[in-house]
Amino acid sequence: MDSYSSYLLRIGDNALILGQRLAEICGHGPVLEEDIALTNISLDLIGQARMAYQRYAELESDVKDEDEIAFKRDSHEFYNCLLVELDNGDFGMTIARQFFFSAFQVPYLEALTQSEDEFLRNFALKSVKEAKYHLKHSAQWMVRLGDGTAESHDRMEESVNKLWPYTGELMIADELDEKARAWGAPDLLEIKKIWSDTVERTLKEATLTIEAPDVWMLRGGKQGNHTEHLGLILAEMQFLQRAYPGLEW
Amino acid sequence: MSDTPDIANKYIEILEKVRDPEIPVLSVLDMGVVRKVEETATGLEVTITPTYSGCPAMDTIEEDILHQFKAHGFKGTKVKTVLYPPWTTDWFSEEAKEKLRKTGIAPPDHSISKADLMGKDTTATCPRCNSKDTSRISEFGSTACKALYKCHACGDPFDYFKCI
Repeated sequence: MDSYSSYLLRIGDNALILGQRLAEICGHGPVLEEDIALTNISLDLIGQARMAYQRYAELESDVKDEDEIAFKRDSHEFYNCLLVELDNGDFGMTIARQFFFSAFQVPYLEALTQSEDEFLRNFALKSVKEAKYHLKHSAQWMVRLGDGTAESHDRMEESVNKLWPYTGELMIADELDEKARAWGAPDLLEIKKIWSDTVERTLKEATLTIEAPDVWMLRGGKQGNHTEHLGLILAEMQFLQRAYPGLEW
Repeated sequence: MSDTPDIANKYIEILEKVRDPEIPVLSVLDMGVVRKVEETATGLEVTITPTYSGCPAMDTIEEDILHQFKAHGFKGTKVKTVLYPPWTTDWFSEEAKEKLRKTGIAPPDHSISKADLMGKDTTATCPRCNSKDTSRISEFGSTACKALYKCHACGDPFDYFKCI
């Protein structure tokens, strides 16, 4: 597997794992509209993962198709950041996780639309339109819950502070991120500036405070070292194909 | 590939029969999902593009296209999916918008721009009573491509096709 293929997995895995997390909410949303909204976002993300995995399957002869990539890898072979695999928690936690991720994805994909790599450029042109809606949706809820009742404010504040140490990893460049610059991937320090601006502005409007903004940022997911959550996600997501290999609906 | 689909007239009639499974008042041509029909040595090659990345209707649309061409005697037809140019609601014809309105879905009422996505709430016109006194209930409606609105004049909720 070459570096370009690894990078496709990194992009696809972030989308698939967050998409799978949101899919857990199907039928369990706090209100019908939000149940539908979160599962629609899930669909967008799983669609994005599918595009990246299909491209991977075209390039790598050891896999047949996108399903094999999603269902036949173990947790150490997934390269998503830790943030997207964390528990859904309550609705506020789910929204905060989405907000932190979408605030990254929008400027990241916007930059990627300038890539000279045909797949990455087309992938970004398609996905960025959706990501903007995800950001708009989650930012509105951040404000509504943060600047809402005393209860919603407290729970939201707890969520953003719990998630905060997981937000840095998205924008900490490793060797592969550096290599990806050659394919038009952006400088993650530049993305971090835009991300911080969006986050600061929204948190302020939502009357939310991060207690320790400079805390050590947890990392490892991008290199295949995950929290215990990922194994549980995969156990459920992969069960059918592991138990009945090749099964089709 | 340009923004205008490249489809010979003789295939239009066949493709008109392929409906969007989630919005059956529209054909895949009204939607702008079919971009091209090419004649190759082994049969036709139909190029389609998804509305949204995760649009669950794409597989059904592909099967329906293959079925229709087969029923019209075309053997060996293939369907190819492309991502570029990315689908946009700007591709809806006026006729398609009218069909949406008649079925109770507010069509996208303006052209796509950055401001629409990031800026203020878009306004939607009620497809039933034409009132502009409406408000958004949810950014996402019955499908990923629609938002849910409520009309304050006639009191009905309605789907709004988001500009993308």
